[in-house]
Amino acid sequence: MTRVPIRFYQVGSFAVGNRLLEDEDRTVQSDPQRTNSIDSGHRACQGCGEALGARYALDAAMRATNGQLAVVNATGCLEVFSTPYPETSWRIAWLHSLFGNAPAVATGVAAALRVKGRDVRVIGQAGDGGTVDIGFGALSGMFERNDDVLFICYDNEGYMNTGVQRSAATPPAARTATTDAVGPEPGNVFGQGKDLPRIAMAHDVGYVATATVADLHDLEAKVERAMSLRGARYLHILVPCPLGWGSASSDTINLARLAAESGIFPVFEAEHGVVTSVTPIRRRVRVEEYLKRQKRYAHLFGTQPRLEVIARLQALADANIARYGLVNDETTNATLED
Amino acid sequence: MLTQIEGSKAIAEAVARCRPEVVCAYPISPQTHIIEAIGAMVKRGDLARCEFINVESEYAAMSVLIGSSAAGARSYTATASQGLLFMLEAVYSAAGLGLPIVMTLANRAIGAPINIWNDHSDAMAARDTGWIQLFAESNQEAVDLHIQAFKLAEALSVPVMVCMDGFILTHAVEGVDLLDADLVDRFLPPFEPRQLLDPANPVSIGAMVGPEAFEEVKVLAHLRLLDALEEIPRVAAEFEALSGRASGGLVSGYRLENAEVAVVAMGSVLGTLKDAVDARRELGERVGVLGVSTFRPFPEAAVTDALGHVERVVVLEKAFNPGGRGVLASDVALALAGRSVTSVIAGLGGRPITRASLERTVGRAVAGTLPAMSFLDLNDAEVAAERARVGASEGVAR
Amino acid sequence: METPFAITLPVGTSRANHTGSWRVERPVYLHRLPPCNNACPAGENIQGWLYHAEAGEYESAWRTLVEDNPLPAIMGRVCFHPCESACNRVQVDEAVGINAVERFLGDVALEKGWALPGPGPETGRRVLVVGSGPAGLSATYHLRRAGHAVTLVDGAAQLGGMMRYGIPAYRLPRVVLDGEIERILALGVQVRLDHRVEDVAAEREAGAYDAVFMAVGAQIGRRVSVPAGDSARIVDAVNFLHAVADEDPPLLGRRVVVYGGGDTAFDAARTAKRLGASDAVIVYRRNREKMPAHGEEFEQALGEGVTMRWLSTISSFEGERLVVEKMALNEGGFPEPTGEFEELDADALVLALGQDTDLSLVAEHPEISVEGGVVSVADNLMTGLAGVFAGGDATPADRTATVAVGHGKRAARGIDDYLAGRESVTAPKHELADFSKLNTWYYADAPRQRRPELERVRRQGTFDEVILGLTEQNALFEARRCMSCGNCFGCDNCFGVCPDNAVMKIADGEYEFNYDFCKGCGICVAECPCGAIEMVPERI
Repeated sequence: MTRVPIRFYQVGSFAVGNRLLEDEDRTVQSDPQRTNSIDSGHRACQGCGEALGARYALDAAMRATNGQLAVVNATGCLEVFSTPYPETSWRIAWLHSLFGNAPAVATGVAAALRVKGRDVRVIGQAGDGGTVDIGFGALSGMFERNDDVLFICYDNEGYMNTGVQRSAATPPAARTATTDAVGPEPGNVFGQGKDLPRIAMAHDVGYVATATVADLHDLEAKVERAMSLRGARYLHILVPCPLGWGSASSDTINLARLAAESGIFPVFEAEHGVVTSVTPIRRRVRVEEYLKRQKRYAHLFGTQPRLEVIARLQALADANIARYGLVNDETTNATLED
Repeated sequence: MLTQIEGSKAIAEAVARCRPEVVCAYPISPQTHIIEAIGAMVKRGDLARCEFINVESEYAAMSVLIGSSAAGARSYTATASQGLLFMLEAVYSAAGLGLPIVMTLANRAIGAPINIWNDHSDAMAARDTGWIQLFAESNQEAVDLHIQAFKLAEALSVPVMVCMDGFILTHAVEGVDLLDADLVDRFLPPFEPRQLLDPANPVSIGAMVGPEAFEEVKVLAHLRLLDALEEIPRVAAEFEALSGRASGGLVSGYRLENAEVAVVAMGSVLGTLKDAVDARRELGERVGVLGVSTFRPFPEAAVTDALGHVERVVVLEKAFNPGGRGVLASDVALALAGRSVTSVIAGLGGRPITRASLERTVGRAVAGTLPAMSFLDLNDAEVAAERARVGASEGVAR
Repeated sequence: METPFAITLPVGTSRANHTGSWRVERPVYLHRLPPCNNACPAGENIQGWLYHAEAGEYESAWRTLVEDNPLPAIMGRVCFHPCESACNRVQVDEAVGINAVERFLGDVALEKGWALPGPGPETGRRVLVVGSGPAGLSATYHLRRAGHAVTLVDGAAQLGGMMRYGIPAYRLPRVVLDGEIERILALGVQVRLDHRVEDVAAEREAGAYDAVFMAVGAQIGRRVSVPAGDSARIVDAVNFLHAVADEDPPLLGRRVVVYGGGDTAFDAARTAKRLGASDAVIVYRRNREKMPAHGEEFEQALGEGVTMRWLSTISSFEGERLVVEKMALNEGGFPEPTGEFEELDADALVLALGQDTDLSLVAEHPEISVEGGVVSVADNLMTGLAGVFAGGDATPADRTATVAVGHGKRAARGIDDYLAGRESVTAPKHELADFSKLNTWYYADAPRQRRPELERVRRQGTFDEVILGLTEQNALFEARRCMSCGNCFGCDNCFGVCPDNAVMKIADGEYEFNYDFCKGCGICVAECPCGAIEMVPERI
């Protein structure tokens, strides 16, 4: 996909909005009339990346569909903090059934709307547990049938709602309640986990993209692109979790940015299994810059830093950079100094 | 007009005439012929405005229907046995959300050991899901119950499970009167959902409810299910007026007048049972049969009324709760507090229930020699030998 | 729709849950002092005028600029822009070209004929301004805006002081100088030229002035004793440049040596080149690092063929032989004679060794204290004699035009206070918006736009301006490189990044926190590009 970059406007190129930009060049989030799909009063933790990511994505989808949107939500933090009786935060048509079935429920909603002849678009959404683990079978089915659903995974890399346990999206070395930072190989082990975007690509779905809450223009463009297409689509958004990651509540966006800028989290999009664009790293940083701000990696630092573990994580980031070509001529620190 | 047709195909025809909008299923014996037939109709274009979705599991099948029903589409599936268990979480969810889905349960045993033949263990496993559970005695009744099920479900916003014995009914070719499509249309108006997932009027469906309101939510669902005890006879009566055929309802008695002994049962065994009762009546025994068409909600009052004068009641059923007794028997015993209710478990995993065995059982009931719980045509010697081999005490409750 | 109890909920219900009660810190918007503003000797609100300029609102930008400085076209040429040295953008890529944008705005204003804000309502008070350099002109402007009548006197034939008689035309075209002076005079100023004030108090009394501002500059070139023959041509740079400005340049010959290391030395050498000198050599007793002249002057001069002779003093100038002694820096960094001598061919020697102030006008008034050749002043620039103020080169400060402009404003304010019988108070400065307060991720990577320069060959025989202006497009781009340090510029980040929708956007660039829902996570502070929000402890 080709995206016309925003002309240079002071901060306009990367900030949410800018008084100097035409309305159509501003993000959806800069619009005082944005949907606020998820309303104030929700009970997400301070600095919740998932609450932010959901509003970013769904507000963009609401604009892209002119408000003709229905959303199916898996069980998880997002569902729990948004709908404790008698209060809901959702300002959109929203349905929750179970933890593992959101993709299938979304399929059903889409089927009903199609048979009813109603041009309402459908989004299914879940955390990483509901996507890569318990909802994986349903998601794979939704993918292979090419059902007309955009499925969004808000990836915070673990089961945060139940008290920070490991999921198949938990990265190596990260401490969780079920991968304690003890023993000879503290934290989550290397060599496990699922790379859902690539699995989605292997299903040959029409559109697969990754994004973070740190690059709103990029995220919204991907939602808009996704909603311009039909059939199964997948968007994987990295949403830092202050609780589970042991990070400052104010650091949520910064961590998402560092994840992308270190290469730990590659930001790209693909159509029918082929990578069509990557969001290049602007200012490359070493993985330590990302890791050291999170208590889940605290065991790698301190008085006796686990340099060999950090090096393995750096190697994973470097592999991402090589695989997707995340570094280009414009990247600062294209080659990290040792 | 009677048509000689396989039970599964008859169900498919009946469901088609109810104009389902989303049908979604995962194949499992003995349900397959039903969904194959519906799938073919959709594929051919005979069933207009219907989405037929092949999914990767029963869990997905029920989940798809949760979505489609919430979005306002008349939704149908069929399953059996392991499939029902695999979708059970979603079965609960559908009832909890008040979605009027209709599902055929082609009753089949549950493994392990794996067994594809008929009994009612699967239906019993879904007893507490909050669904209405109807049992068909014959293919004709199964067909009629499906048409009634959509009306019931949508009137009450409660899902309905129509149970029909796997193979015995699903694969039996019988003469069935299929109601004309225009009659079905007159009986069953288009689906008007009680609540709708609709951007024009956005609501949050499926909120989290804590201790402060959960009990009330559950009681309200219970009361709505009890409302079905009035709605079911009303729908059955309306159906009878339209078709000239009595089908469904809560319970149906057979030769219960002046009966001293009644046998209570559900499903296709009722036909054989009636023959056995006829034979015992020939011997001068005052015996009768009570067929339970509506298992959930349990028609306690109807059972009490029907069996008020009966001295001894035998409950014959194709499932039991291990370590306890028959499931239906427990319900009946509660309804008939203080009276003798014996529990006979029969036909597990497809073991044939013969008229001879039934006659013998009725005879023992009349004679008062039936134990509190027994298993029909059990190979006692084999059980005793196996028990002895492992050093356990011998015998089985009877 | 008949929705079931509890499991289906209507929109808007969560707003009953005021999550603001979770908060222990609250974000508040604030203004911090941008480092450019902080560094500007003229006290310009640089960030403020760039804010308008980047929107293409050049007149608003210019009007914001001239709130503080009425001479932007001049300052956009001659200011040594300490703002750019302080600019936070240095740590991202390069400083914003503030000076170039200032000049662009100044030039547009002259071209469009924009008038300065009119004089204030007449107060009936009269102020004498002595000296029409940048300090005097600036004071005149600000005094007129305050409504005080101003009489501007100068000993020279034309207004402008050192801007006319010290800065060569290739750096400051006279049309620009005249244009900006005219604009001040248009506010209604009584001007007396060729008038030397002999005694400040007498002049005040004679003219019945309520106050006086002395901005007499530093016009006397310092001399050193150089043993020289009768035929040796030795002039001081001040007189030399003055004569050139009067279009009566002295004949210096082909080989000119300039002695000194300040900006004036370079002005003299570059001027000499333009007057036809084939060699222009600057002799300076210390080295490059110690040289006070600004780097740009130095680079320009070298580019024009001026040569340097570092670590040298002039011992004698006999005939056409100029003898220099090589120096060496001692441990303290001071030059010491080495006893080694060299000879240079020279037709003339220009002395550019610094300037002194002619303070004869205060000689009779011991209450006006003079220390180190300059007048002592209070913060409001008042001297020891009530109602008599002083500023610019005649007071202790860096001797730059921009400092002088700032003095003019400060003196005008001091005089206004004095005339009103008010105590002068300095408004407290905001906290500095240093680099650590910024989140520079959001600023697009953008290289600085360079001002074009006159071709070298065309600098040889003409006084055409060397550094040319930015095109509008480039000026706009450059203005947009401003990071708006410490001051909201309406990027919507706070509005966008709040996970609790607790920032309300009232209009472009206008936001309010909704403390009913703000949980105090601090993301808005962390992601504010320009450091215009801070967390403060919640009142508990």
